[in-house]
Amino acid sequence: MEMVKVTIDGREVQVPKNSTILAAARAAGIEVPTLCYNEDLDVKGMCRVCVVEVEGSRTLQTACSQPVSDGMVVHTNSPRVRQARRVNVELLLSNHPQDCLGCVRNQRCELQTLADQLGIRELRFPRQVKSEQKDISTPALVRDPSKCILCRRCVEVCHQVQGVGALYPVNRGFDTTIAPAGGVDLGDVACVQCGQCSLVCPVGAIYEQDHTERVWAALANPDKHVVVQTAPAIRVSIGEEMGLEPGEVTTGQLVAALRRLGFDRVFDTDFSADLTIIEEGHELLKRLENGETMPMITSCSPGWIKYIEHFYPDLLPHLSTCKSPQQMFGALAKTYYAEKAGIDPANIYVVSIMPCTAKKFECGRPEMIDSGYPDVDAVLTTRELGRMLRENGIKFSELPEEEYDAPLGISTGAGVIFGATGGVMEAALRTVYEVVTGETLPSLDFTAVRGLEGIKEAEVDLKGKKVKVAVTHGLGNARKLLDLIKAGKADYQFIEIMCCPGGCIGGGGQPIPTTKEIRQKRIDAIYRADAGMPLRKSHENPAVQTLYKEFLGEPLGEKSHELLHTQYTKREKYPEKAADM
Amino acid sequence: MPVKSSTEPKKSLRQVIAEHNSDPGALLDILRDAQEIHGYLSAAVMEEIADELDIPVSRVYGVATFYTLLATKPKGEHIIRVCESPPCHIRGAVNILETLKEVLGVNPGETTEDKKFTLELTSCLGVCGVAPAMMIGDQVYGNLTPERVKEILKTYA
Ligand code: SF4
Ligand code: SF4
Ligand code: SF4
Ligand code: FES
Ligand code: FES
Repeated sequence: MEMVKVTIDGREVQVPKNSTILAAARAAGIEVPTLCYNEDLDVKGMCRVCVVEVEGSRTLQTACSQPVSDGMVVHTNSPRVRQARRVNVELLLSNHPQDCLGCVRNQRCELQTLADQLGIRELRFPRQVKSEQKDISTPALVRDPSKCILCRRCVEVCHQVQGVGALYPVNRGFDTTIAPAGGVDLGDVACVQCGQCSLVCPVGAIYEQDHTERVWAALANPDKHVVVQTAPAIRVSIGEEMGLEPGEVTTGQLVAALRRLGFDRVFDTDFSADLTIIEEGHELLKRLENGETMPMITSCSPGWIKYIEHFYPDLLPHLSTCKSPQQMFGALAKTYYAEKAGIDPANIYVVSIMPCTAKKFECGRPEMIDSGYPDVDAVLTTRELGRMLRENGIKFSELPEEEYDAPLGISTGAGVIFGATGGVMEAALRTVYEVVTGETLPSLDFTAVRGLEGIKEAEVDLKGKKVKVAVTHGLGNARKLLDLIKAGKADYQFIEIMCCPGGCIGGGGQPIPTTKEIRQKRIDAIYRADAGMPLRKSHENPAVQTLYKEFLGEPLGEKSHELLHTQYTKREKYPEKAADM
Repeated sequence: MPVKSSTEPKKSLRQVIAEHNSDPGALLDILRDAQEIHGYLSAAVMEEIADELDIPVSRVYGVATFYTLLATKPKGEHIIRVCESPPCHIRGAVNILETLKEVLGVNPGETTEDKKFTLELTSCLGVCGVAPAMMIGDQVYGNLTPERVKEILKTYA
């Protein structure tokens, strides 16, 4: 690699040619303040907070976008730079509501942090705040355009990463706003509710619909038996909300914390993930046998489901009919568990802790009432659970490690890995292999389907019968596979698709920040959690075995069809009005 | 008298897009042509363009609302563009605009109730020598005064 020499604030560094000034400064141990810049996204150079002085250049340069050249001399803290930087931030603040105390991002806001870091104590410009209405049209997200600083990170994520493109800058000048086409609300367009926009928003301009109040109310209601399920990905991310470093497995503390909040039973979505594998594995084998629509695609990820419903409705027959683990859990909590515990299902209140905003949409889908009640009553994202734990003064890292309750809290390592991209596939292969061959797998680790690469492939030999599989995450990647299927060029039998980059560990409801680096740490933690489980194959889950014996009968049986499987809805790409939201 | 616009037969939107090889890079040109054909950029037109170029409609709408020459709402029969660039500004464009607003009863960007006129602002029309200036349709009018503006409007009655 060709290196160039740059002098920054008097310090000389060697950096690869084409590095940005920002990267060079970091290499020199100098932190240039930034705002619109995000390390995982294309540089937009919108905010001009990162300006620096380059000797020989008349104008100030944006460090995040400007490449270095050999011999360049840069000043990041000259009076001129400091002045310009402050003016840029003060201008942003002059049309910002600044109601930090009541803001969802208070103390977790990049604008607020920056204003503090630059020591801004007074505003020299007249206040002119946009009076745009909040958009509460979707079940998953709230948009508050009055707080938007027009960094365009959400646009980048929604278009480039997710390939959805629900938001874009509209109008120009002072009237510029980030909005859906046609001046309508987000609920009126084909937004998949993934919340990836909320994950990158530096301020409180896009965030999750809050379910904490209804959960507090249920917990305080003596007539309600409140049960909670925790998605696989929460155990490796909730720690970050509570001040721990990314990548810690905190399963035991999570259970203890939920008991302290007052939940009557602490159960695990990993249980119903194991169950999903049994149902979906048998569905795959049945499809292979009967020569039904191939490839079969997983159906655990509600953002992905909404995406295919809007954009590829012709391919809906490829979806597994299995409900997601969250919804299987809810349906069983209000039937099987209610019966077993002798509780009227009308009094059972099911709360899910999910890494995902789209789960809020999913639990409200009109078909998700197979127990005779809403199968899931409330969905808290990791961020909301963090807020509840902090409000309750829970010292998370000091909690003892506790165990989930039986029976819906019993699970295997196969359930855990649902939280990472490739996990559902790996869990399914562990079971399908043993069911088909009758042999014990020599190694449980299908490493080819792990990791952050966009599209992963593998071929498994089921004793003479070869099964070709693919795994993808992020809808932009998914689209490539869907186009292959459409063109008749996909020779796979089974495909795993997760809506969010990295899978659920990178879900739109996860702690902020969620960077590529943090995603990888959470993935590593997921596989550590798997390796630490005494049982690692779904079909060995004793609670699932008992469930079939006592209640369901057999996989794909009548009861399963009634409670655990579902159908999908063709949606318009340009909905007139989204009547179902 | 206003100059007659060209008598070339109108192309279809599909033709226009094909001429640009469905290249999203040509979005602005396509939008301009589409407006020429349909008078304004309706939701249906923008959705068709989005589909043909295989890009999200939000991007089409974003570009359509960024450029003042593009309209996402139906326009009046005659489009009045008042120059707001400095030479016209200095020579009284503000009074011209005020007169138009008063007589027509609309603000820039709006269309009169009888759908006869749409009032718009534009940058330099290239006739600074006769500032202040405006265009109605393809016809340029210069050396404007409030009185003259009223006279001109009458000729469109
Ligand atoms: S977005 Fe940030 S700066 Fe704005 S009100 Fe919220 S916390 Fe304060
Ligand atoms: S939720 Fe997902 S699809 Fe909807 S606007 Fe945000 S990033 Fe785009
Ligand atoms: S909504 Fe948030 S992410 Fe999107 S442009 Fe505004 S501030 Fe940036
Ligand atoms: S951080 Fe460089 S322009 Fe915003
Ligand atoms: S400035 Fe108005 S025509 Fe040139």
